[in-house]
Amino acid sequence: MAVASSDTAIRTGRFTRTLIYVVLLLFVLFYILPLYIMIVNSVKPLSEITGGGMMSLPSAFTIEPWAKAWSTAQVGVEPTGLRPYFWNSISMVVPAVAISTVLGALNGYILTKWRFRGDTILFGLMLFSCFIPFQIVLIPMAAILGVLGLSGTTAGLVLVHVVYGVGFSTLYFRNYYAAFPTELVRAAQIDGAGFFQIFWRILLPSSGPIIVVCVIWQFTNIWNDFLFGASFASGNGAPMTVALNNLVQSSTGVKEYNVHFAGAILAAMPTLLVYIVAGRYFVRGLMAGSVKG
Amino acid sequence: MGFLDINNVTKSYGSVEVLHKVNIAVEEGEFLVLVGPSGCGKSTLLNMIAGLEDITSGEIRIKDARMNGVHPSNRNIAMVFQSYALYPNMTVGQNITFGLEMHGVPKAEREKAMADVAKLLQIEQLLDRKPGQLSGGQRQRVAMGRALVRNPDVFLFDEPLSNLDAKLRVDMRTEIKKLHQNLGTTIVYVTHDQIEAMTLSTRIAVMNGGYVQQLGTPKEIYDTPSNLFVATFMGSPSMNLIRTTIRIEGVAVYAVTQNDRGEEVRLALCAPLDAIKSYDGKDVILGIRPEALTDVEGADHRSSHIESIRNTVTVTEPAGSDTFVATTIGGAECVARMRADAEVLPGQQAEFAFNMEKAVVFDPESENRIL
Repeated sequence: MAVASSDTAIRTGRFTRTLIYVVLLLFVLFYILPLYIMIVNSVKPLSEITGGGMMSLPSAFTIEPWAKAWSTAQVGVEPTGLRPYFWNSISMVVPAVAISTVLGALNGYILTKWRFRGDTILFGLMLFSCFIPFQIVLIPMAAILGVLGLSGTTAGLVLVHVVYGVGFSTLYFRNYYAAFPTELVRAAQIDGAGFFQIFWRILLPSSGPIIVVCVIWQFTNIWNDFLFGASFASGNGAPMTVALNNLVQSSTGVKEYNVHFAGAILAAMPTLLVYIVAGRYFVRGLMAGSVKG
Repeated sequence: MGFLDINNVTKSYGSVEVLHKVNIAVEEGEFLVLVGPSGCGKSTLLNMIAGLEDITSGEIRIKDARMNGVHPSNRNIAMVFQSYALYPNMTVGQNITFGLEMHGVPKAEREKAMADVAKLLQIEQLLDRKPGQLSGGQRQRVAMGRALVRNPDVFLFDEPLSNLDAKLRVDMRTEIKKLHQNLGTTIVYVTHDQIEAMTLSTRIAVMNGGYVQQLGTPKEIYDTPSNLFVATFMGSPSMNLIRTTIRIEGVAVYAVTQNDRGEEVRLALCAPLDAIKSYDGKDVILGIRPEALTDVEGADHRSSHIESIRNTVTVTEPAGSDTFVATTIGGAECVARMRADAEVLPGQQAEFAFNMEKAVVFDPESENRIL
């Protein structure tokens, strides 16, 4: 076809166009395949999987693996399902995200609007904490938790994640507030607002996008963390990721793949939800460089 | 002792002193403009009055109370910023009353004060909008409203018009002047625009390099600039500066230079002999404003002393109300401000009338004014 059918910049023949779509479609299938396998296998009886039908749609639909993974499956030594560990994770991730975000916001506010001697060096050091590998701090951290009497507790895990998270959250907020006009802070000072009033009334209401970015980042990291959870939480206090591992590793009887798949989806669900709810603010927040006056 | 006293104030950043012993006394109801090129220290001085920057040495007093170390909110001042600094998350009404709220003023009083200010500035219909929905001129009004509502002792303006387009700038300038005349408030206003300084102020402090070069009324600054910097900074087109030699003959004092044909021309100075005696035979710089250098018919008839030089016109620039005519005298490019219908053509000879009453003379070494 030599006739130009549209005024777009690139003209392609029907064959090329078909080829492009076929390739794209293959990519899409390739990307969706793991999710497909997880979902279909979590809703079919174990016999169907072991019978070799892993790729096929379930012939007998059942939500029994989900119920089992949630409340009755063998995790470690107890048949509790993942439910208690899910709440462990929630009670770890919510305070850890909240505290590290608030601290990051305060740090960013101070580092940009209340400059002091050595603030750049301090910020550099805080940034450095983003690049320290987890493994290096395991033993010192264990010692500190022991001294504080927080070994094996959820509070201890919260502390660990706050310490690790504050570097990133400070980075986010500092860069965001650096573009925030200092004249606004000065105007508020003249108006008689104090340190926290300026933060609360002037800066925070304009910080929506960066708060979303920070929360998504921290939530995903802390929820998905395995190393700290495995190292510092014991037995019943373990977070979801560790419990999922224990569920899959439990060596009693047959491997219940359908239950494992359901458990894995349950473990991934909260981060997925956070992305779906707040994801569209994520890119917007990362792109936001300045605040319009 | 004035209403606002700036006594021997200096400012240093580390070992670098950026303001050197500034002394200004502002009376109640005065409109003081700090004017100078960027980096002259005018904004720093304003921020020190506001309390946003520390005073390195010296003191600032408002209503005879020492302000060093006093928090900005306790100085009873209000400031209008260059970017207006309106809180983006609050409505116009909340912006205006935020300061009152922070000072614990009851809600009913706040509402009344806001209504009064909104009426004065004609922004009543904007009170529920966010700053992002306002035009530049409207934001400017809101920023002024926020300052006015506090009923402060001193208003501080930090280049408030420089973000507006040219026409709006002129309108707002008039409006600020009107506001000052009606309310009789004390204002310190920073600008780099010498026309703003001339039109708004009751007094001007011309600053450069951290020094106050001259402090005086607009007329004093314009007619008798204390040095070459003030002479060239204030006025547009700027003052013509011609290198001349002083020659004293009896009681007559002449500034001698050349026209563009290389012929010697003598301009009699109306100066008391004593003031200039020591400069006999020495080079000086003669300063004359474009409007004191005109065509003969356009010269000021009340002036007792007009000198005229015949010289070649190099360029004419008709500006509608006047015609600016360029010519070369004493090797320096000079601009004369002639009547709009003066008959001058480039390349032709014309008569240039010097109003010597308005002429000033500078020492080329110290750059200070002699006469």
